[in-house]
Amino acid sequence: MKYVDEFRDGKLAVTIAANIAREANKGRFYRLMEFCGGHTHAISRYGLGDLLPSSVQMIHGPGCPVCVLPIGRIDQAIKLALEHGVTLCTYGDCMRVPASKGMSLLKAKALGADVRMVYSIMDALKLALDYPEKQVVFFAIGFETTTPPTAVAVKQAGAQQLKNFSIICNHVLTPAAMHAILANQGNVQLDGFVGPAHVSTVIGSKPYEPFANDYGKPVVIAGFEPLDVMQAILMLVRQVNEGRAEIENEFTRAVTREGNLKAQALVSEVFELRDDFEWRGLGTIPCSALKLRPAFAAFDAELRFNLAYLPVPDSKACECAAILRGEKRPQQCRIFGTVCTPENPVGSCMVSSEGACAAHYTYGRFKDSTVVAA
Amino acid sequence: MNQVKPGYTRSLDIKNGRVDMGHGSGGRAMMQIIEMLFAVAFDNEYLSQGNDGALLPQCNGRLVMATDSHVVSPLFFPGGDIGCLSVHGTINDIAVMGARPLYLAASFILEEGFPLADLKRIVESMAHASRKTGVPIVTGDTKVVERGKGDGIFITTTGIGIVPDGVHLSGNLACPGDKILLSGTIADHGMAIMSKREGLAFDAPIISDTAALHGLVETLMNGGVKLRAMRDPTRGGLATTLNEIARQSGVGMMLYESAIPINQTVEAACEFLGLDPLYIANEGKLVMICAAEDANSALHLMRSHPLGKRASIIGEVLEDANYFVQMTTEMGGRRIVDWLAGEQLPRIC
Amino acid sequence: MCLAIPAVIEEITCTVTGAESAIVNLGGVRRQISLALVEDCQVGDYVIIHVGFALQKLDNDEALRTLEMFSEMGDPDELREKLENSLS
Repeated sequence: MKYVDEFRDGKLAVTIAANIAREANKGRFYRLMEFCGGHTHAISRYGLGDLLPSSVQMIHGPGCPVCVLPIGRIDQAIKLALEHGVTLCTYGDCMRVPASKGMSLLKAKALGADVRMVYSIMDALKLALDYPEKQVVFFAIGFETTTPPTAVAVKQAGAQQLKNFSIICNHVLTPAAMHAILANQGNVQLDGFVGPAHVSTVIGSKPYEPFANDYGKPVVIAGFEPLDVMQAILMLVRQVNEGRAEIENEFTRAVTREGNLKAQALVSEVFELRDDFEWRGLGTIPCSALKLRPAFAAFDAELRFNLAYLPVPDSKACECAAILRGEKRPQQCRIFGTVCTPENPVGSCMVSSEGACAAHYTYGRFKDSTVVAA
Repeated sequence: MNQVKPGYTRSLDIKNGRVDMGHGSGGRAMMQIIEMLFAVAFDNEYLSQGNDGALLPQCNGRLVMATDSHVVSPLFFPGGDIGCLSVHGTINDIAVMGARPLYLAASFILEEGFPLADLKRIVESMAHASRKTGVPIVTGDTKVVERGKGDGIFITTTGIGIVPDGVHLSGNLACPGDKILLSGTIADHGMAIMSKREGLAFDAPIISDTAALHGLVETLMNGGVKLRAMRDPTRGGLATTLNEIARQSGVGMMLYESAIPINQTVEAACEFLGLDPLYIANEGKLVMICAAEDANSALHLMRSHPLGKRASIIGEVLEDANYFVQMTTEMGGRRIVDWLAGEQLPRIC
Repeated sequence: MCLAIPAVIEEITCTVTGAESAIVNLGGVRRQISLALVEDCQVGDYVIIHVGFALQKLDNDEALRTLEMFSEMGDPDELREKLENSLS
């Protein structure tokens, strides 16, 4: 696979790891947050932690759209599916997120609700076209990577004057979340960020400039493959050593300063900012999420079905909030791996494949004990 | 003048006919379908006894029995169908116990409305697999459920075999230091099914690896290899099978990612759909654990057999009180290959 | 949600609504995706695919430059030894 295999070359990983080991100052820690859930997953799945010196600590950030979705928003989707009889379409990870009263979309499906997993919003649109008698609702989540496809689908629905298609919009914004993390600086000291890969192809590197300029934190935008992540870590270590705070781009093959202007324009045409939005773990953040513009109000499921939002607190034992802010590691949650497991998740971080808890449980929890080789 | 020939019975309308409730009633319609479809295809001396149970010759030796239900959807997929899948599946469960498969039983639950043409195609595929492997289907059963209460056809196969003296294979016999071998590429079957469902197209199609493994097993057993355990990693994939053995034996494992064979197209299909090939079903692959000193000769034996050409030593058994299956990744880091959480793919087998 | 993969455009097609779409190929697997979010794509271009859409074209020169950056310092075996020493 071109542009994939070359960026997963084990020999090159050794080269980069050796560089990091040589350049990381033994007298200090490098606390680096990988914002994006896709990077959290790559680090765990490839065991990249083993290739880093102990002075380099990767802290998992909140860039996992399933993880930051508050319970109340899942409740809305479940209510639509169970009480309004809609055909609720969603990306796979959302199905098992625990909501109120022990429910989830998967459990709602078992109770007879028409809940369907789709790979693309266009599958949901097609469903609405093929079955005009069904009310199809798409549960739209995701950061800026996933928002442009939703914009395209809504525009198309508008052009075709579809009466049976709508979305519950939970699209959220990366820079707003990074600001929220940095504003909480008292609780977790960060030396820099590994910037998201595919979000950045859309928004460009420009939106990260305030983090360097105003907060003095370096950001290195990294591609999705393990070598990209390793190289970005090396670039961050160098910036910290040299006292620099700049926006650097390791993912130059896909990210420019301006980003994808066509995609940005489509998103602006279809969406506008919500005044504020509740995030699991980060609280209510102003101007951090999107809703449909009045011109597209016909496709807003919250309006069509008169859905109220009822905030629901996390379970008391659940530490997802602190983990999403980077203040705690999954192992520090009292119920990690015992009460809360991927089979019986208590919080969303254990559900999504990009969640810090799921990643650590699935790929890394063996490091919490010692193994004796034969 | 037209006359009806004496002894004439109207034949089954295979082309346009469908299963109806009469076919499951125990009456003449059911007898007709059994005689004209099943018995004709499976044809052997035991089945033709025509009794409720098959009377088999005396078997000397320790018996192994295995059973499997098959609910795969779609029924017909690249490389096979539910019919040959069910024959191979039970033969494999018996073979990995070190037993020679002898006889099979097959029971069918048919949904009202199921096309007889499809049923014939499936039955003939089973008959072909049975003849090719030399394991006859000696008895069976048929039931029909109302439309909407089934899903076309479900098949359950049960088989028996005999374990030669001195052979003892079990999932609780793996020891630290043993080597883990795999007979070929992973995830072919699951991705063949998934690709049909998701409408992926290929340069080179992904084909299910459904196959009977008893010949490959026999090659290993006759080769003087000190075998501990064998399994065929079906639903849940290689990862699930290895975790099962690790737990049964009370050991850990270390796998080497770059040693696990996978077809490029299968790997790319997994990338496309966001699936981990370690958890995807196989239907014609063998996982085998043997003493370290026999690993190279076992590898050579496997590779000499048509079903083991891409065999590989993929890891070793360790001491581990937590029974973790670890893996050294392509990057040189480590991760575990955990039990499957939730369901990756429904209705794969 | 970040799951996105690079694939090559094999064929540019049009959908019923007149939108541009393409058949892409990744490692021998072909699928139809939408080109609604990108411009000036041609057969042979590599694009990043996310949830059925091409998000961005890949710049081949930059990809090569990045790969060179990874291997900027020397012999892997020598480095592996150094790495193992420094991590122990």
